[in-house]
Amino acid sequence: MRGPGRWAVLFALVVLAVVMIFPFVVVAMNAVKSPAEYSSQGPLSLPDGLYLQGIVDFWNRVEFGTKLWNSFVISASVSVLAVVLSVLNAYALGIGRVKGRLWILALFLVANTLPQEALAYPLYYLAKAVDLYDTQLAVIIVMTAIQAAFGTYLLSAVLGQFPKEILEAAAIDGAGRLRSLWRIVVPISRPTINVLLIFFFIWTWNEFFLPLIFLISNDTQTVPVALGVLQGQRYMDATMSSASALLGIVPAVAFFLIFQRTLTRGVTVGAIK
Amino acid sequence: MRVRTRGYWLYLIPSILLFLAVIVVPFLMNVGASFTRWSGVGTPRWIGFDNYTRLLTDERFWESFQHNVGLIVAMAVVPTMIGLVLAASLFDYIGKRFGTRTASALRAMYYLPQVLPVAVAGVVWGWMLHPSYGAVNQIFGLDLDWLGDPDLALATVMGVMVWFQLGYPVVIFMAGLQRVDPSYYEAAEIDGASWWRKFWHITIPQIRPEIFVVLLTCTIAALKVFGPIFVLTRGGPGNATMVPSYFSYLNFFQKSNVGYGSAIATVLALIIVVVTFLFLRVQERES
Repeated sequence: MRGPGRWAVLFALVVLAVVMIFPFVVVAMNAVKSPAEYSSQGPLSLPDGLYLQGIVDFWNRVEFGTKLWNSFVISASVSVLAVVLSVLNAYALGIGRVKGRLWILALFLVANTLPQEALAYPLYYLAKAVDLYDTQLAVIIVMTAIQAAFGTYLLSAVLGQFPKEILEAAAIDGAGRLRSLWRIVVPISRPTINVLLIFFFIWTWNEFFLPLIFLISNDTQTVPVALGVLQGQRYMDATMSSASALLGIVPAVAFFLIFQRTLTRGVTVGAIK
Repeated sequence: MRVRTRGYWLYLIPSILLFLAVIVVPFLMNVGASFTRWSGVGTPRWIGFDNYTRLLTDERFWESFQHNVGLIVAMAVVPTMIGLVLAASLFDYIGKRFGTRTASALRAMYYLPQVLPVAVAGVVWGWMLHPSYGAVNQIFGLDLDWLGDPDLALATVMGVMVWFQLGYPVVIFMAGLQRVDPSYYEAAEIDGASWWRKFWHITIPQIRPEIFVVLLTCTIAALKVFGPIFVLTRGGPGNATMVPSYFSYLNFFQKSNVGYGSAIATVLALIIVVVTFLFLRVQERES
């Protein structure tokens, strides 16, 4: 295909790309319109100027700063804890090759694919029993277990191919197991570990079901839960709805821009293993 | 030197304890609760398989599974098919004629919805599809209640999910195409093969492993889908977008039918494990 044909293909792909990012553009345009401008011009006109009151009002109404901080604390704790557990497990399974490792790996994989609904009520019940209901710690503990299941699976495959000679040399030099793990295995596996950290952070940030069940009060909720629960409530007018959508989009897109390379590499690593 | 493996067990202990507490015990409790009548307070009453026999005749339950089939089409089948064409076009057409930067810019735009929390994607579309002030009606000059009309709601949710999911297969398939030996394409071009013939006979067979992974992960995601349903429709209008995960949530937390909700969740878990197992078997046979 030459001449006009190739431009037709490019044109079709660009049109699709515009459709895909269209909601982002419309949300951004309307989040900075005043309600009066919205009702007279509709959602498709370009904004006349920058009207930020809708965003400010929504921010204050839902205490969005608190929600951001809650999401950050939960996601950061889960990603660090889950990575630590994944490394410990993968050390035993990938390098230690303990007996029954295939069964253990299969169990981790099943744990990761189980629907959360099949754990939800008992977890809710247990959390109430041990007084962790409506605390971020409850979500951190549960999410750590779920993410570590995936991390173990992925890291075990990576560490299964770890060059044994290095570890043997270290053992001859008198390094114990913990020392070998911390001084040799972890530094060499850094790239994979970093991918896992970023993925766990973003996955936990995006999580909806478990935080919805555990975090009911205003000062423990995360960003997705706060926005999801508010959706469709009566006091939300058109501009405030778009302001809420924008506040949900901005952190996600920021992560994407910061971690783009790691993310696209990580998505594919995760898929192939 | 024989490497001793016994001491390595120690490193599994923290995870084993956490797993028992967070996954194994709760799952067994869930299965146990599914054989009882229990409102969440008081003592559960053992009723054997009653919840399961009730499921078999519960129209809402069967409908919710039919909706799941629709969502598998929207979240796994359609994105995989469109994703294959897009990835192949970007990789060996746009990439070669307009440069890899154009191709990766387009790829990033297709992928963008995937970075959103799925609940936020729901908030965005709930606003876009609003019957009185939404952008979608405005663009097409329509007056439809996309999410409120029982005949439209499921199709609308499916459309939103196609938008949400599309970027994932594109990224995976483009990465897969990078390991395909270019000499296949060169040989086919010398033989004068058309783009479609190359697509069918080289691209698809070569990235079969990736296609399997995408279909498996997206099918599981479709079976588990909760966030978009909660945010967009809460299963309604009526029963039009009810899915098993939301149905069990409803029984747990609004209807105080914990036993029945547990039975639904157990069946859902069973289906997901079976689907995973079948996929992996087929994949094994293929390779």
